[in-house]
Amino acid sequence: MSLAEKTPPVREAPVAREPRVTDEHGRRVRVWELVLRYVLLLAVLALTVGPFVWQLSTSLKGPTEDIFSSPPKFLPSHPTLHNYKRVADTIPVWDYAFNSLKVAAANVVTNCVGSALAGYALARLRYRGRRIATLVFILAMLVPVEGIIIAQFTTMRELGLNNTLIGVVLPGCIGAMNVLLMRNAFLNLPYEIEEAAYVDGANVWQRFLRIALPSVKGTLAVVAIFAFMGAWDDFLWPLIVLSDPSKFTLTIGLNYLHGTFANDERLVAAGTVIAVAPLIALFACLQRYFFRGVGEGAVKG
Amino acid sequence: MALSTLSGKRIAGKAVSGARPPRRVRRQLPTSPWLFAAPGLLITGVFILYPFVSTVINSFTDRRTLIPGQFVGLANFRELLHDDMFWIGLRNSTLYVLGVVPALVILPLLLALLVQKNIPGITFFRSAFYTPVVASIVVVGLIWVWLLDERGLINSLLEAVGIGRVGFLSDQWLLLLSAMAVTVWKGLGYYMIIYLAALANVPRELHEAASVDGAGAVRRFLTVTVPAVRSTMVLVGALSSVAAFKVFSEVYLMAGPSGGPAGEDTTLVMLVQRTGTGLTGRVGYASALSLVVFVVTVALMLLVLRADRREET
Repeated sequence: MSLAEKTPPVREAPVAREPRVTDEHGRRVRVWELVLRYVLLLAVLALTVGPFVWQLSTSLKGPTEDIFSSPPKFLPSHPTLHNYKRVADTIPVWDYAFNSLKVAAANVVTNCVGSALAGYALARLRYRGRRIATLVFILAMLVPVEGIIIAQFTTMRELGLNNTLIGVVLPGCIGAMNVLLMRNAFLNLPYEIEEAAYVDGANVWQRFLRIALPSVKGTLAVVAIFAFMGAWDDFLWPLIVLSDPSKFTLTIGLNYLHGTFANDERLVAAGTVIAVAPLIALFACLQRYFFRGVGEGAVKG
Repeated sequence: MALSTLSGKRIAGKAVSGARPPRRVRRQLPTSPWLFAAPGLLITGVFILYPFVSTVINSFTDRRTLIPGQFVGLANFRELLHDDMFWIGLRNSTLYVLGVVPALVILPLLLALLVQKNIPGITFFRSAFYTPVVASIVVVGLIWVWLLDERGLINSLLEAVGIGRVGFLSDQWLLLLSAMAVTVWKGLGYYMIIYLAALANVPRELHEAASVDGAGAVRRFLTVTVPAVRSTMVLVGALSSVAAFKVFSEVYLMAGPSGGPAGEDTTLVMLVQRTGTGLTGRVGYASALSLVVFVVTVALMLLVLRADRREET
């Protein structure tokens, strides 16, 4: 239940101090209703988390253990890390993980820096063409990536960056939606502090770095997390742009593993666990920002 | 002296007391706004807007990956009309919208109602239900390929219950249905969070009044909750229908790169990917296909949003 303690509830009053269970309006919840709710919650839990657990269990089952038995056996009788070693022997999985990490880290840095700068320019600076600049980002946000992905690929070829990790990062490295998120965050700050700094002689960079930026840390964290998750999980674009197996990211490597060793379920299971574990850990630590991002993104998107 | 680089209406009366109106003073660093916006504009221009324009232009040419194309007029679009694969792709992507969207509008709302009440441990459940959203689509796809395998967990359970094994991943229609189920499974938690925010804004007086009037839970759901979150339902409908029409990864992973038996499970974006990439890619034809994806996506968005407006007036 450690997860429960870390997350603040989404927008509702805290649970009442009294020991008995009450609802959000302070009324007592009837026992049969409570039981029904927990039964339903556990059923959905089995549906949403069960598949991950089954995958983990499969990955821990040794070569001699039957993974096809009916009725199924949910727990490995002799848990072993053997399959993880085999994944590393079959494909350079740690290199792929490192590639994914590089791509994701680069995506976080470029998105945070680029969208904070552009967002500040759209929200706070006055210049000719600001409306047009805003419109450019709004239009870009509405263009479905899948509809231009072939042209993105030919553009990458023209730049000679296809089949490189830089090519994987570039198209999404300053997302239009992130720019608009940052713009809104800056617009919501009160002007007065920046005015005071201006009167004190702070120039535009100082105002941006020392005053505005520290006040939008929350939104910046949301941008960072979604940039990381987006890059780590992305599939279609790396699949198109990368052809050299030594440059693969984890998702493309997994697809390759599945395509080549589809009949070795233990092996594929171990590969998927390697790919998903870091993100689940990240999510467990930073849930607040994940949920906040959904709210802000949906309003914009 | 005036706050020329700070924008907005609130400035004038605040810090600049009795001075000239701020607009007349030139900015101190005339280049800085563009310096700030430049990286974002550059990336957006080169990798979003330019590819969009070149998609439109390429769709009227016979360009290939290694051969610069020539203008061929509407030939690509005429070919499209006679391409069986195009119609299969359009059919599957459309079916995907029809299958996935109703489920993603309704199920997450019910789920949000289930996790809305603050009972002990509820934050754990909320987080747990969100886990599939965090996982990569590749991981999710492969997990379900194994679960739905001929010898996998679900078939073992079905056999243990006495129903017998089902070829989820070998039949054309079952494959498409399974992929839809996976999309819904992965999207549940995301839309649940959107609905939770909307539900928090439903005034509880409405529920109380309905209770006093003797309305049961189902009736209160239909007469109080649904109207109150209707605009959120439209938003979820728009978001999920656009995403569903562009489906690629789920079907690619579950049916394979060639799109299931005889390619019958190919979706439109899968066809774009297959046609336009690689060294022999037909960029021109794939661009024409992409334009169809683009037009339908925008049309879907407008359709859903217009349906919303019409109902309101």
